[in-house]
Amino acid sequence: MNGFRLAAMHWKVGAMNEVQYRVNFFLQLVDSAIRLGTGLIAIWLVFSHTEDLAGWSRHELLAVMGIHILLSGINRTFVEPNVFQFIYTIGEGEFDYVLARPVDSQLMVSVRNLRFWQLVDVIVGGVVIVWAVIGIVEDTSWVEVLAFLVAVFCGAIILYCMWMVVAAAAFKWIRVDDTVQLLNGLFQAGRWPVTIYPGWLRLTLTFVVPLAFAITVPAESLASRLTGGMLALTLIVTAIMLLITRVAWQHGVRNYSGASA
Amino acid sequence: MRKLVAVYAAEMKFAVANQMQYRWAAFFQLIGFLIEPVVYLVVWRTVAESGGPIGGYGVAEFTSYYIVWTLVRNMNLALAPGSWDYWIQSGRISNDLMHPVPIFHRQLAAFAGFKFVWIFLWFPVAAGLSLIFKPDLSPTLLQGLVFFVAIWLGYLIRFSLLFLMGLVSFWTTRAQALIEIVIGAELLLSGRLVPLAVMPDWVERLAGWLPFQWTFQYPIEVLIGQLDTEEIFVGLGTQFLWGGILIGAIVVTWRSAIKRYTAVGS
Repeated sequence: MNGFRLAAMHWKVGAMNEVQYRVNFFLQLVDSAIRLGTGLIAIWLVFSHTEDLAGWSRHELLAVMGIHILLSGINRTFVEPNVFQFIYTIGEGEFDYVLARPVDSQLMVSVRNLRFWQLVDVIVGGVVIVWAVIGIVEDTSWVEVLAFLVAVFCGAIILYCMWMVVAAAAFKWIRVDDTVQLLNGLFQAGRWPVTIYPGWLRLTLTFVVPLAFAITVPAESLASRLTGGMLALTLIVTAIMLLITRVAWQHGVRNYSGASA
Repeated sequence: MRKLVAVYAAEMKFAVANQMQYRWAAFFQLIGFLIEPVVYLVVWRTVAESGGPIGGYGVAEFTSYYIVWTLVRNMNLALAPGSWDYWIQSGRISNDLMHPVPIFHRQLAAFAGFKFVWIFLWFPVAAGLSLIFKPDLSPTLLQGLVFFVAIWLGYLIRFSLLFLMGLVSFWTTRAQALIEIVIGAELLLSGRLVPLAVMPDWVERLAGWLPFQWTFQYPIEVLIGQLDTEEIFVGLGTQFLWGGILIGAIVVTWRSAIKRYTAVGS
């Protein structure tokens, strides 16, 4: 069975499981509405006192927020539930059962779970992005749209890699769920463009936790500021992150000695 | 009363030992929490640098506000209301109800104990932030003393408010939406997102009728010198008032909540 079929099957079962609990859809709507509302109020407050924030206009910041919400939705739908399940699996000694299966363990761990209703955030993020684009430019070229889609795709991959690298640390330290919370805290910094932060934080958010490439770069493509060189660099960073994740995972599996026996 | 003090001392001692066991986990969690004020600080410093002071807050005031914010946030962390859902659904609360000391006291004492470790871990982080952002803090003795009392009262108010919200779980297992709404309101009306002076006047007036700002903004403003002596003591009185109201509400609500509970689980 190839990886895509395996993922699609797990996601289908996960979605069927989640749609049983329809009230959760309304809970998710409330949650998304509150987060969107507070985000919009924050932007409105900032722009009621200034014309631009370190060179970013109101609609450009809206684009950053939209991308943040969209990627957060993707992360919370596909990545986070799997990361937390994996950490739990390691702690309980159940990872042996994953290794015993005839598929790649990283793939298996990455697709087992899905929180279907979190997709509401993906839709909300999409709507905010469209709203922002309408305010930024009257005419967007196909090249810019394509560059944006590539950048967002890279952003989603980078976030997956960041979470999986931290998850792989569970092979050694077991209790890393608090470190995942740290990552969630850092992710909140991506709600604003990294260029507004002081040098030390900007460097951290570019090279240590590459939120700059995951969120700010796609927003720059919407603001027609993204150069071909920066897009190429984003692709390179994405490839490096995938490589680091794979190496960290394989190192973890090699050193895993099992806990259930 | 002496017995209760002994219970608090024992629970706090246990909480300190528990947190020290997982000190690195607590440290990472703390760093995660501190990203939020650093983001607000950077955003509002940038705004103040380009547009000048807003509602009495310039670059220096915003810096001091958000540095003190980090300590106040640590102080007012309390039992998440969502915990009740799990306790009731899993039947774990049956064990807690058998305990001779009420859940309120045990949880209040435990979270108070956690704070000693969190604040110990907070010091190096705060020192780092102060070195980077250089806050202009020079509190008087009165401001320092009132701040010390105000952060504990702020903790009591926020703990009681979240505890009261948690009790809703005795009526519905879907209290999460209500909790989200209250937490969202708190973010906007407590001074957590931004000092209320930056908000429109009507928001500031609305916040005056609610308990949120007494857990966040009031202690911060006491220490950074944004309040005169009269405002300091009126604020302290208001904190006592809100503490009393919320504890009274818990006593009344608990009596009817516990009647609704039928044991689940073992």
